[in-house]
Formats: sequence, C-alpha cells, structure tokens
Amino acid sequence: MSRARPGRDDSPDRLYTVTGGRTRAGSDAFDVVTLVVSESDPVPGMQSEHAAILRMCRFPTAVVEVAAGLGLPVSITRILLADLHDTGRISARHPRPSYRLPDHDILEQVLVGLRSL
Amino acid sequence: MDSVASDISDVSDVPDVSEAAESSHRQTLRSTADNGLKIVIVGGFGVGKTTLVRSVSEIRPLNTEETMTQAGEHIDDTGGVAAKKATTVAFDFGRISLDARNVLYLFGAPGQERFWFLWDRLFAGTLGAVVLVDTRRLSDSWYAVDRLEHHGTPFVVACNDFGGPAHTPDQIREALDLADEVPLVFCDARSRESGKQVLISLVEHLRTLVTSAPRSIPQPIPQTVPEPML
Ligand SMILES: Nc1nc2c(ncn2[C@@H]2O[C@H](COP(=O)(O)OP(=O)(O)O)[C@@H](O)[C@H]2O)c(=O)[nH]1
Ligand SMILES: [Mg+2]
Repeated sequence: MSRARPGRDDSPDRLYTVTGGRTRAGSDAFDVVTLVVSESDPVPGMQSEHAAILRMCRFPTAVVEVAAGLGLPVSITRILLADLHDTGRISARHPRPSYRLPDHDILEQVLVGLRSL
Repeated sequence: MDSVASDISDVSDVPDVSEAAESSHRQTLRSTADNGLKIVIVGGFGVGKTTLVRSVSEIRPLNTEETMTQAGEHIDDTGGVAAKKATTVAFDFGRISLDARNVLYLFGAPGQERFWFLWDRLFAGTLGAVVLVDTRRLSDSWYAVDRLEHHGTPFVVACNDFGGPAHTPDQIREALDLADEVPLVFCDARSRESGKQVLISLVEHLRTLVTSAPRSIPQPIPQTVPEPML
C-alpha cells in the first residue's frame, strides 16, 4: 500500500483552515457513496476546494471520489459538500436506505450487473 | 469457480471499462446514476485487497483516508485541536457501474484494530464484506472475522492463492473458527473473472440471508461514533 497519500501529511492546522474551523455541521447526511451532482459552475472568488468540487461533479461523483480528487479526508470533504449543498450549488443522490439486510430487488440487480461484467 | 474467461463484456449499455481506464484518472458515471452501493474487502497488509479491487474496477483504484480522534477523546473548545492524537486510516476503492442507476463501490480496508473505529462512519449500510485471507497467515484474519460477526455484517471468506501449501476448506474453517453458513471461496485476486466470482458469492450469500430472514429483523445496535478530528 502506498505511503504517499494525499492529505496524509497535511497538518491539522491546514485542514482547520480549509473548513473555517467547523467540525461536522450538517455533514452526516453525506454517505461515502452519496452521488454528488453540480447544479452550477464555479464562480470567480469561490474557495478553491468548492470550485474544484463543482468541476468534479458535472457528472455524478461519489463523496469518496470527491475526497480522493481533493486529496482531503472524507470528514473534511463532507463539510465542504454541506456548504455547497446548503447554498444549492450541488444536489445529492443518497443511497437507498437499507435496514439490517439489503433489499432483495437491489441484490438481484447487483447480481445481474456482476454476472455481466 | 469458473475457469479464466474472456473479459469481453456482452453488455452494450455499460460504458467502456477496458484497460483504457488505467491511464485516465477517473471516468465519469452516467448522468442517470443515483444509487451508490458498497462492498468492503477487509484483510491484512499484502493480502491482495488492492489487487482484487483493481481486477474488477472500471477505474484505477483511488486512495483516500479518514481521520478521527481516538474513542473517548473529544475536540476541546479552546482551539487545541492540533494537540489531539488522531487515528488516520487510509483505504482504497474502485467502482463498478452495474446498470443505469446502481453503482457499486468496492473498498479495500485494512483489518487492523484502529480501523474499526471508522467502520460505521465509512461503511454503514454496506451490502456485506469479503474477508480476504492468505492461508499462510490465517491468524491475521481473526480480528476481522470477529468484528464482522460482532457487527452482524454478512461476509464471505476468500482465500487468495499465493501458491503456498494447499489447505482444505475444513482446515481453513477450523483455523478461522468460521460458522458453517459463512461461505468460503478460493480466488486469485489478479484475475478479473476470479474477483468477479468472489463478489457474486457474497451477493448470493446475501440473497440467501434475505430470503430466509425472519420478518422481524433485529436492528444493529447504534454505536457511538468518535468525533472527527479537524
Ligand atoms: N501470487 C499472487 N500474488 C498476489 C495475488 N494477489 C496479490 N498478489 C501480490 O501480492 C502483493 C500485495 O497485494 P496488494 O493487493 O497490494 O495487497 P493489499 O495490501 O491487501 O492491498 C502484490 O505484489 C500483488 O501483486 C495472488 O492472488 N497471487
Ligand atoms: Mg492495498
């Protein structure tokens, strides 16, 4: 496994700056596989991470892909996404909720998809 | 298990997922994609998690991480966040577009102890898990098997073939103290077809569980999730 991971050597101070010091406001709504779609283009003067997210999510992009693309931890990425969601700049397609066991229909769809790989 | 088969896809509406994906940073999903699903591949260092993800993924595996304070700690309100001891775990992931709407994300997760602090935060709602094992180091997998059982996360065990001495399924089951109903499969993580069969065996297992589940399904016990460290 590679040791040179984005974000790994970033100091907590830098991460603190990216999020303006906030911790988790509203960020729990974003699952790692929530698909994010941009609803607007970046505008001049926008925080660079926000602009990068809007460029990245012109097609549906999972939260974890956004995190990898930004080189930031998932928890920080969730906060940045909440900012954009609050202002209507992105929409979020959350995974269909499953309870203890997944839905039978979904499992059938997964099997069909995997078998045709 | 199927013999090594051709990789040629006969599904015309699936985007091109050939080796061309290797060179591009990422391919875009279709605009209709709206349901992300996850399967977690757990195993010790060097057991072949990244290799398995790469074999079946339509994108080159990407890497990311999550950072949390240790359980029992909390961020103080004096701005002293930098002083807190953080747990950082890295994981990689790949992706399979299953159809127009469903996208399966595969996560390669280290099975070590500190990782489990993050399980709920990252992998709540996972379809299930694959415990990838190297039969030369079976004891590396004890902890993962234990935690998945404790969590009630359905899983299969996949033995990755490193060409060591052959073990019978019974020997492996005994060494891992596996319940009879947990499927045990053998694989070569380098082979797309073999990796695909591992995932299929997990989903078939899930289907069996769903079909045989009693009506009143117990809910998972809510876990206290440590605060993220920022
Ligand atoms: N012989 C053999 N080697 C493998 C197999 N799977 C992975 N490897 C090799 O084992 C090493 C570790 O694999 P990797 O996927 O990085 O392990 P990870 O730490 O679990 O992600 C790499 O050099 C792989 O090429 C396998 O099925 N057979
Ligand atoms: Mg790896």
